[in-house]
Amino acid sequence: MSDDQRALVAHLMRRAGAGATPAELDELANRPYADIVEDLINPPPSADADDDLIFRYFPSLANSDTPWPWSARWIYWMVNSESPLREKMALFWHHVFATAWFKSEHGPSMPLHIQMFRDHGLDNMRVLLGELSRDPAMIFWLDNVESVKGAPNENYGRELLELFSMGVGNYTEDDIKAAAYSFTGWTFEQPIPLYPHGGYPSHFVYREDLHDDSEKTFLGQTGNWNGDDIIDIIVQQPATGRFIGRHLYNFFVKDEPGVSAWSVTEPGNPDAVAELASAFAESNGDLRAVMRVLFNAEWFKRERYERVKSPTEWVAGAYKLSGKLNTPQPEMWNLHMTMGAMGQTLMDPPSVEGWHTGKEWIDGGTLMERINFASKLVSDPNTPVVQQLVSRLQELGASSPEDLVDAALDYAGPLVVSDNTREALLEAASAGGDLAYDSDDDREAVGQRAAQALRLVIASPEYQFA
Amino acid sequence: MSGNGHSEKKDPVLVIVQLSGGNDFMNTLVPYTNGHYFDSRPLVGIPQDEVMPINDTLGFNPAAERLKNLYDAGDVAVIQGIGYPNSSRSHFRGMDIMHTCEPDRISTEGWVAKLIQRLDPDSENPLTGVNIGRGLPRAMAAPGVTATSVGDLDNYGLMPDIQAEEDRNRDLEIFKRMYTPAIGAGMVMDYLRQTGTDSLSGADLLAPVPGMYESSVEYGANPIAKALRDVARIHTAGLGTRVFYTNHIGYDTHSHQPPVHPGLLRDMSGALEDFMTDLREHDAAEEVSILVFTEFGRRMKDNGSGTDHGSGGGAFIVGEHVKGGLYAEYPSLDPKDWLNGEDLYHTIDFRGIYGTMLEQWMGVEPEEIVVGEFEQVHPFEQTMLAN
Repeated sequence: MSDDQRALVAHLMRRAGAGATPAELDELANRPYADIVEDLINPPPSADADDDLIFRYFPSLANSDTPWPWSARWIYWMVNSESPLREKMALFWHHVFATAWFKSEHGPSMPLHIQMFRDHGLDNMRVLLGELSRDPAMIFWLDNVESVKGAPNENYGRELLELFSMGVGNYTEDDIKAAAYSFTGWTFEQPIPLYPHGGYPSHFVYREDLHDDSEKTFLGQTGNWNGDDIIDIIVQQPATGRFIGRHLYNFFVKDEPGVSAWSVTEPGNPDAVAELASAFAESNGDLRAVMRVLFNAEWFKRERYERVKSPTEWVAGAYKLSGKLNTPQPEMWNLHMTMGAMGQTLMDPPSVEGWHTGKEWIDGGTLMERINFASKLVSDPNTPVVQQLVSRLQELGASSPEDLVDAALDYAGPLVVSDNTREALLEAASAGGDLAYDSDDDREAVGQRAAQALRLVIASPEYQFA
Repeated sequence: MSGNGHSEKKDPVLVIVQLSGGNDFMNTLVPYTNGHYFDSRPLVGIPQDEVMPINDTLGFNPAAERLKNLYDAGDVAVIQGIGYPNSSRSHFRGMDIMHTCEPDRISTEGWVAKLIQRLDPDSENPLTGVNIGRGLPRAMAAPGVTATSVGDLDNYGLMPDIQAEEDRNRDLEIFKRMYTPAIGAGMVMDYLRQTGTDSLSGADLLAPVPGMYESSVEYGANPIAKALRDVARIHTAGLGTRVFYTNHIGYDTHSHQPPVHPGLLRDMSGALEDFMTDLREHDAAEEVSILVFTEFGRRMKDNGSGTDHGSGGGAFIVGEHVKGGLYAEYPSLDPKDWLNGEDLYHTIDFRGIYGTMLEQWMGVEPEEIVVGEFEQVHPFEQTMLAN
């Protein structure tokens, strides 16, 4: 395997998942790149089996009205899933179809909403939008529950076009109305009130008596449309492929400006977005086909460390690196709050527009939270990653401070840093002179220095990027 | 900081306490003679004989006794019936709207951030605006505005978990070098390094604060008391902070309101009274006004366990220069006046309350910050502003 291949696969695994450990990279880098992509975009149909374990650590997952343990569970699966892209696609769709627990009064509807993204995140766009339109969390979030014949609520119809598929400028107010009429009567039933009984799942119902079955004209096509017809027409629109393509580019390739600016600014790489849009059109909305084009594109392979890590990527990536999450950790209960302090509470985006990404993740408060969280994870010399790093250094017979810095950078990426950062890291690593392994004391000293080197690499400005 | 030439003249300071989740104003200042109140709230209603009356119709929740002490001393203006138009359709965005003053669009500029920018246009002092808590509230975030967020003043800064001071100092030195702003590294990288550098300098300024503070006041052992004690410690250290912000979380009482809500009121009220006592002990009270606000009120009827999101919330302005009493009108509880089923109608816009603090207390033009002109209240006997 070449170092280039290893760095490329590391890039792929950072973008398609939570990253890969050095041992995983050694194995993956011996396989053809396109095969790794195929495995990622074709996860086995069954969900990961041993959810029991995390339910045992967080019993309140069984029946609770709080996102806290669900954040912990999701991070756990991002780190440990055999199908990391399934989790990453779920996160992607959560960014695009932003729905929040704080306006969710119907039991575990948010966890089920996220599960729907796991199940259909790589499906056809038609299927995904169909599931989304039948999802109780979404139906309540955008008030479709109130949308009935004679009194349609336009909230869902509007966001379906503006934020979930086509983007501003590609439809009229009349199209919004037609979409809203077509989704009248799409609602859900709740078996038992949440308060004070606790959370039991609600389910979609189609109320024919509340549905407006008059003739509607939507995007120039006239007919007696129902919701699924609207979705069909949406998926046929070139604008949908371009809009979803730009979202995918922003999330998986390189930071774009906020969505609200898209109708007035060109994409950073218009050709790349066009390629994704034509893959979308040619496959009739098959998201797997679009992701295949994305991960195999030269522009994807090239754009390394060009995105600011989201708090979710930061936390999952740091856990993955630390090697600490082979079993759930009780302190993961606090992740929901910790990630909130970093600017991203999973299952609670600030509004239907989702999170502001890229540079906007960073301010004085969030930067400190990120660094303090991750540096704490690797500060103990007994942490698995530090132990592995020490073993590898010893195997290589590494003795110089340069070796230590290089190995720490390799573990954390491999991460490419500026000369300025490298000199600073080297100065820290040089404080103890050459490395030695002759006695227990020597090895303990190497452990301390390896932990420090990793901690400082994680604190570097370069590590903020994925 | 702008020098003002008079060593005695103190700049006004604003302390904002956000009761996060939507405080149940109706159960804070209880309409204890109103039949609609008791009809609507069989479970969470506060019994008439427990209320601490301030007039013939309203009384404090007994858990808010220490807030009532401040009220009785004439230091509390109660603003009743706060809200904004059409809150029903977007009440789930309540917090964001309260933070950005933009009910109709998503904005990235918080109102407190815009105030910080007016007070310190060149970002000379990273501590002009200080949040006590983790992460920056949206109200304090805006592109290009520096604000500092202090999660734990006693262990503040980068990598607080490193035990050995020598190791930590060495790491911080390396951090400083890695984040030294360099030209031409790209816009995002430049911004990142500047942010890291600002965070470190804020931390350096705050490091001596815990050692400088002494007080006879013993605050309660709860999050809001701890937060206000941190505000007192930083304020009395004289670092030029003009705006403090802190969050008291837990007010989203959909369920189990009867055991939970009184505890929150007790902690909040006690913390406010202790804070005022502490500031007076340090001769540092007169320049401070506290705005206690929440993003919305709660619905008229209880749901069998708690109360759901509603409208018509309330705020408190606390300080030595406050003219104590009731401001704006308590919302009508009559079912014929309810909105959207069972929401209370607001009687004053929250942006007018921000405007009151901005213009009358801080001496800053409010229109751009709160995006428009809104009716204000007049809760100050006098202010720190030169006439």
